[in-house]
Amino acid sequence: MEGFYSAVSLVVIVPLLGMLTNLFFGKKLGEKGAGFIAVSASAFAFVVALILWATLVDQHYEPAIVNAPLIHSWISIPSAGIDIPWQFRVDTLSVTMMLVVTGVGTLIHIYATGYMHGDERFPRFFVYLNLFLVFMLILVTGNNLLVMFVGWEGVGLCSFLLIGFWFDKPGKHPTEGTVGWSNSNAARKAFIVNRIGDFGLLMGIFLTFWTFGTLDYYKPHEVIHLEHDEAPPPVFAVEGAEGEHTGEEAAHVESGSEIHGIYTQAELWFEEGNHQVSFGSIDLDFDAVITLITLFFLLGATGKSAQIPLFVWLPDAMAGPTPVSALIHAATMVTAGIYMMVRSNSFFFNSDLTSFVVTIIGISTALAAGFMALGQWDIKKVLAYSTVSQLGFMVAAVGLGAYAAAMFHLVTHAFFKALLFLGSGSVIHAMEHGHHHAHEHGHDEHGDEHDEHAEHEAHGEHATHTHHDDHEFDPQDMRNMGGLAGKMRLTYITYLIGALALAGIFPLSGFWSKDEILADSYNIWIDEGELKGTLALVVLLAAAGMTAFYTWRQICLVFFGKPRTAAAEHAPESSSLMTTPLAILAIGAFLVGFANVPNGIPLLGWFFEWVFGEHRFTLFLEESVIHAHAGNFNAVLALLATGIALGAMYVSHTIYGSKAMPIPMEKDPLEENPQTQPLFALSNAKLYWDEAYFKYIVYPFQGAARFLANTIDWDFWHNFFHDRIIGQGFQGAADVISQPIDRQVVDKGFMSLATGVLAAASRLRKTQTGYVRTYALSLMMGVLLVIVIILLPTLRDLLGI
Amino acid sequence: MQLETTGVSLTSVTLFAPMVGFFILLFLNKLSDERIKWGALITSLITLGFSILLLAQFKSDETGLQSEHIAEWIPTFGIYYHVGIDGISIWLVMLTTFIMPLAILISFNMIHERIRLYYLFMLLIEFAMLGVFVAQDMFLFYVFWELTLVPMYFLIGIWGGEERRYAAVKFFLYTMAGSILMLLAILWLGNEAGTFDVKVITEMVQSGTLSFSTDTERLLFLGFFIAFAIKVPLWPLHSWLPDAHVQAPTAGSIILAGILLKLGTYGLIRFNLGFFPNASADFAPWIAALAVIGIIYGAWVAYAQTDVKKLVAYTSVSHLGFVVLGIFSLTSSGVQGAVLQMVNHGISTGGLFALVGILYDRRHTKAINAFGGIWKVMPVFSGIALVISLSSMGLPSMNGFVGEFTILLGSASSEVLSIWFTAVATLGVILAAVYTLFMFNKVFMGPLDKKENQELEDLTWSKNWTELGALVPLVIMIFVIGLYPSPFFELMDGSVGHLVNFVHTVAVAGK
Repeated sequence: MEGFYSAVSLVVIVPLLGMLTNLFFGKKLGEKGAGFIAVSASAFAFVVALILWATLVDQHYEPAIVNAPLIHSWISIPSAGIDIPWQFRVDTLSVTMMLVVTGVGTLIHIYATGYMHGDERFPRFFVYLNLFLVFMLILVTGNNLLVMFVGWEGVGLCSFLLIGFWFDKPGKHPTEGTVGWSNSNAARKAFIVNRIGDFGLLMGIFLTFWTFGTLDYYKPHEVIHLEHDEAPPPVFAVEGAEGEHTGEEAAHVESGSEIHGIYTQAELWFEEGNHQVSFGSIDLDFDAVITLITLFFLLGATGKSAQIPLFVWLPDAMAGPTPVSALIHAATMVTAGIYMMVRSNSFFFNSDLTSFVVTIIGISTALAAGFMALGQWDIKKVLAYSTVSQLGFMVAAVGLGAYAAAMFHLVTHAFFKALLFLGSGSVIHAMEHGHHHAHEHGHDEHGDEHDEHAEHEAHGEHATHTHHDDHEFDPQDMRNMGGLAGKMRLTYITYLIGALALAGIFPLSGFWSKDEILADSYNIWIDEGELKGTLALVVLLAAAGMTAFYTWRQICLVFFGKPRTAAAEHAPESSSLMTTPLAILAIGAFLVGFANVPNGIPLLGWFFEWVFGEHRFTLFLEESVIHAHAGNFNAVLALLATGIALGAMYVSHTIYGSKAMPIPMEKDPLEENPQTQPLFALSNAKLYWDEAYFKYIVYPFQGAARFLANTIDWDFWHNFFHDRIIGQGFQGAADVISQPIDRQVVDKGFMSLATGVLAAASRLRKTQTGYVRTYALSLMMGVLLVIVIILLPTLRDLLGI
Repeated sequence: MQLETTGVSLTSVTLFAPMVGFFILLFLNKLSDERIKWGALITSLITLGFSILLLAQFKSDETGLQSEHIAEWIPTFGIYYHVGIDGISIWLVMLTTFIMPLAILISFNMIHERIRLYYLFMLLIEFAMLGVFVAQDMFLFYVFWELTLVPMYFLIGIWGGEERRYAAVKFFLYTMAGSILMLLAILWLGNEAGTFDVKVITEMVQSGTLSFSTDTERLLFLGFFIAFAIKVPLWPLHSWLPDAHVQAPTAGSIILAGILLKLGTYGLIRFNLGFFPNASADFAPWIAALAVIGIIYGAWVAYAQTDVKKLVAYTSVSHLGFVVLGIFSLTSSGVQGAVLQMVNHGISTGGLFALVGILYDRRHTKAINAFGGIWKVMPVFSGIALVISLSSMGLPSMNGFVGEFTILLGSASSEVLSIWFTAVATLGVILAAVYTLFMFNKVFMGPLDKKENQELEDLTWSKNWTELGALVPLVIMIFVIGLYPSPFFELMDGSVGHLVNFVHTVAVAGK
């Protein structure tokens, strides 16, 4: 079955074809056609991913490296020793990512055909969505850092395009107050902030290349032996496998070629110890180099995976249509940083300093973002900060060396956060519809299609009319909601499942994955006595409490109580195109956690083991992630975490759920209490993070740019130095020198020679005699010099001198 | 020194092809405007055809000159008509013959005055630029080098913007000042070597039969270097560039940014690296420092511009800084990246100037604030603009990235430059996103709130085939080079590898 591995190219090519079809023929195909093409492309990619998974199982998890069709080599410079091929890698890690991306992606594609219905740029939306799949799949399947980087920046581009999809939507710039630029500015912000991270990744790539002489993860000929009990999985290439088997030593490599892939080579050098890397004149310890590389990689990850200090783009990215928030800004793209670090676990695992920094960044992001989520009013902003916070959990797990736990949380998070975002989209959709309904009083009958259409005029309205909106109604503001549980049954139930999974309630998926991270930090604290374990455990428990609190606050404000506006009163359930994916994702959010049930669960352990097996996912992942390891279940810790979550939810319920909110609602109950008011204000203002960046980075940068451009470059260098000093100086000198020659030689003699050429510039000459004379003089002197030099010897020969 | 003369080669045919069209247009003076335009276009397309033949018969396993043509010119002084191509110049020839038809095509609906003269100058400048890239005799090189000034001077001075005269004169004098130094260096070097032939001098230098004292080598190096640095333009010699670019007509800007600037960087490789390896190695950190300052400075200043065309003009300072950095990394990867980046910059910045020209043609303004939300009314145009902008800011899978990446990889592994050069230059990648997205955002995104913009019409093949015809080939090349640059490297690998190897053995390894 190993031939099936080469199907991996299709996972990229088919969405690419879908994208091209919609790009060139989308208008002609119409909504139905374009939607069908895009969804099929995505679904096809999912099927391919499933086949790859089955192949992996069939081949005993032996990874494969597959060359791209047609263009195998990408950047190849023999004399510089550079050879970077277009190559894919199929292993358990990449297949996991492929399954998540295409699986969740397909559901979101289907949902989007409903959500975007009626939008005038419907086909374009799906062009971007398919393009995103292309880049995301390149990112996760590439077999070297540079191919990954193609995907890495490519998904950033798609993110930019999709955040700015409604680029002319009104909305004020937070500080400059310009109307109508909010979406395009958010898009730009995302791209630029990500580029700062990309700078780090690029530097890491340069250093990697210098150190290893290649960027390939693994070479086709390598045989990797891991510290496993089981038989080690040999790597082989589809075209001509030459894998050999040897020894039982840990992380040992046997191969015919001298160059190893970067990760194998790193393991080898770490084992060898004392390896030196020569950087021109400086020699560095290999350990130090790896620390440097991983710190640069980390900078990249903080950009893409929205961690402190670069997380600020993600909340703004919510300007994009909701399916985008679900797919790109929750489930897939933002996890690219985690994927990259897990992929490089051979680097990260071996650098204590980096691991510590990664942990600190992860836990502080988890805590800070969790705090910021507490005081948000926008339904999507809450989820956005929640995503940042959950990504912080994953990053912390990477720092703790718990790569399997990080990936596990990535997978479960993809399900429940996509579900929550799509659910919020359903709510926003309904609110817009309800708002529209409440406004058009004479409008009683609603055919289904008409409904959707009318509702989407609301989008259109946003696009065109900026000013005369009767009163500014925000369909995303939770203060305008309330009581939707009764109106939108299916949305409510699925949302609740997602929320409970996010809060980490047993036995939903979030419980298992979050618990594994907590258990790992506990083990690192107790077993290895490391500070990062202690810090992680304490901070993450606090963050988990916040998660449960804001999640339940959201449930209460959106679904419980009474409708607080006419819009909420008239909010209808969304169409089945939208609710079906919700239901499927809800089932997923419920079940995926069982894919990695830990051992040692008291009482029910035998049951779980019997039904689901133990550590299935971790064992699967271990086949490609060398340093992945399974965590043990810690009953006390699980109880403690669940207790904290339930407690937070209880407190949240007493504040937001058990008593009716005022109508209209303007302030949070916490805001009205003078004791909690400052805290709420701080959270609501997002810790003034954006303001600080604007004040200390953006404005100084702009000021410096203006100073450089206007004062230094133009006034001084261009006008003063060149025009005044050099230009006029030359002019003056030329006038003095040329006066006699001008009359005698230029005007009479050579000028006649040049008339032909200069006739074209006759108008020029009339107005600017001085300039042209000077020019003509220079030109003539040059020509004269040349002529003399050329002719002198010939003349001499002729004249016999 | 005597050279053996050869028969006419394809290089010469390619070189003189524009002149054939030039003389036809010059002497047939009753041609209608339409025929003149088509005549020029067809001439440039035929030239392109010849250059493709040249490319097809190029042998990538040879490091020396190919398709040479040597004829006697001024025998007393040992000056020959000697042309030929190697793995470096072939790509610049290709760039020239590729860009010129597009520049001519886009002029069809933009130039309405003195049409014959305009297209005559276009063909003349193509001839002159090709001459610079194929000349293998220093004197011939100098003649072509100076010849490029004349048509560009008139293109700016006659068909340019409001301050065209000032810009044209400044352009001319500034470049002229540099070339006089080069002329002195050429005469001196020719005297020392007893020949003007580039190939012979290179061989003499490489075999050790011609060597200079340290001071002589440095002076000669600087003579060439200053002329080239002005042309590039290397910071801080860039003051002529915003004037010339902004005032030039659209096609003029395309040629200027797309091809003319590369005369400088090409010269740096051919003469400075080829003739003066020791001085190159000695000066490399200083020049690289100027290049890196240029990368940051150009990008930063570009960001503060209020005029689109000026913004694009300053980006050239930044982009060409990358090229110079690559060259003076003195690594094979750096130099090859530099050569490829010359081509890339021609495509992407040429494209940007074409876009600005199209907008200016419709709105008669270049102020960034005058636009906004254009995407809404011109989706096709904006889509193309997006691709070209992204190419310019170096998005992977497009051409600009491949060039920048190989340059930075080269400078990172350079033995003459410390890692800090690479680190700071890579910061330029962030700034590129800052200014490119600023421009794209302000022009194409945001609300479509100005009446004049609401009336803009999108490009269609039936109405705007000249504009689309000029833009689409650029877009195609962006992806071809971005996805599959290997053939480009393959052809230049031999020549560059040989050159770098030589510089390395002589200058770098000995230190």
